Amino acid sequence: MTIEIDGHMALSSVTFDVDAGTLMGVVGPNGAGKSTLFNAIAGLLPVRRGTVTLNRVDQGGGELAYVPQRESLNWRFPVSASDVVMMGRCCRLGWFRRPGKRDRELVNACLGRVGLWDQRSALMTELSGGQRQRVFVARALAQEANVLLLDEAFSGVDVGAQEDLVGVLQALRDEGRIILLATHDMTNLAGRFDQVLCLNGYVCACGPPDQVLTSEVMEQMYGAHGVRLTMDGSGWTT
Amino acid sequence: MIDFIVAPLEYGFMIRALIGSVLVGVMCPLLGAYVVTRNLAFIGDALAHAVLPGMVVGFMVGINPAIAAVPTGVGVAVLIRTVSRRAGLSTDTSIGILFATMFALGLAMLASATTIRVDMEDLLLGEPLAATPTDIYVSLGITAVVILGLFALHHWLLFSSFDPVGSQIFRTRTNIVDYAFLIMLALVIVIGIQVAGIVLVMAMLVIPAATAYLLVRRFTSMMVVSAMLGAAAAVTGLYASYHFNLPAGPAMTLVASGIFALVISFRRRAPI
Repeated sequence: MTIEIDGHMALSSVTFDVDAGTLMGVVGPNGAGKSTLFNAIAGLLPVRRGTVTLNRVDQGGGELAYVPQRESLNWRFPVSASDVVMMGRCCRLGWFRRPGKRDRELVNACLGRVGLWDQRSALMTELSGGQRQRVFVARALAQEANVLLLDEAFSGVDVGAQEDLVGVLQALRDEGRIILLATHDMTNLAGRFDQVLCLNGYVCACGPPDQVLTSEVMEQMYGAHGVRLTMDGSGWTT
Repeated sequence: MIDFIVAPLEYGFMIRALIGSVLVGVMCPLLGAYVVTRNLAFIGDALAHAVLPGMVVGFMVGINPAIAAVPTGVGVAVLIRTVSRRAGLSTDTSIGILFATMFALGLAMLASATTIRVDMEDLLLGEPLAATPTDIYVSLGITAVVILGLFALHHWLLFSSFDPVGSQIFRTRTNIVDYAFLIMLALVIVIGIQVAGIVLVMAMLVIPAATAYLLVRRFTSMMVVSAMLGAAAAVTGLYASYHFNLPAGPAMTLVASGIFALVISFRRRAPI
């Protein structure tokens, strides 16, 4: 796909396939087009050329769940974790149908799956960054979505909570879901993701982390700074 | 004390004023809970001013101004969103453009219409004691429609209020919900103008909801508490207006503000 925003080429000829049961990290510098890519996949931005196909059909509503960046959310709005997860049921309810017993049970079960059942009544503002991300994953589960897009999901999340989140996502991957997670964090990419999509306005590389994260690809993404990144046992570090 | 409460109810106009005030006291804060948490306070003020041309047309052709204001309010509500989408402007900017234009149009129409006499003070500050039976029927009809709308769209409204970007995945539904919200807001403002006036209807939208925001944690509780506070302020303000010969809109606003001042002096909400 090719995406243009206000005459500026944000993404150029981006092409990639993701198989069911894949946890993919989307990495790249600021302005590389990670959020643009997610917005296009979610149908929030018009695609100038190309198509996005989910499950071999054109993109559609309930199939896909999107967790935008923290700054896009209205934190003044006082909702609890279970309220947020119930939002995932919206597309499954008709216009005038209220959530029933089954919906409430499903919401509790989804919160249980991400380890937050005991926090179901807590306000979102009372939860830590990692817990909030897990609530959004639970919302995607309640939506019965097969494709999850998480934009900057590690932002403001400590390392331990990042690992908890990755554990939950890997379990969902094992059930056949496709998960794309945009991140700046280059730590332990090989341990976390099956595939990595390296972006910098175009696809620099796409594939298993240990094959694509070469010095050349890092330089394409980060320029001169990229060559100062070094690979150690756990991933790329400065 | 009982006389203070019961004596005014011997008059039909006072009973109509009481019914109208309670409806406005409940409905404005119910919508106001969204207005406060979605940072839409300006839109309430703008819609109140923007329905003036519709009301003037109502006076000119001899139909109830509240009924005449409904299509104007709905039209402006839809235009606000359409202008901001098409022009890529913030909602605040498109509100500013339409609010000023429509209010200016209403004032120009009032100035040029020599056949009608309108008490601008009643229009600006509200006069519930002048409510006619038709006004009350219109208010009851609008209340029923808006309560049904809020009930039916509750979860979608929560979704688009908390996660305006994520909810856009369901673009068609989210857009319908956002338009429906603006239309409901316009309808409630129309009935609010009769009671609180163009200038002060925003007070009934915002102040009880802001007070409830300080008192309770969750949004649904906030809606209930703000409606209770709004009804209390409206009724207390109406009695104060009757007994102390005050204009109703300012009396209700001062009661609501007094409750807010009291609450904020001992309650605070953690910063976001």
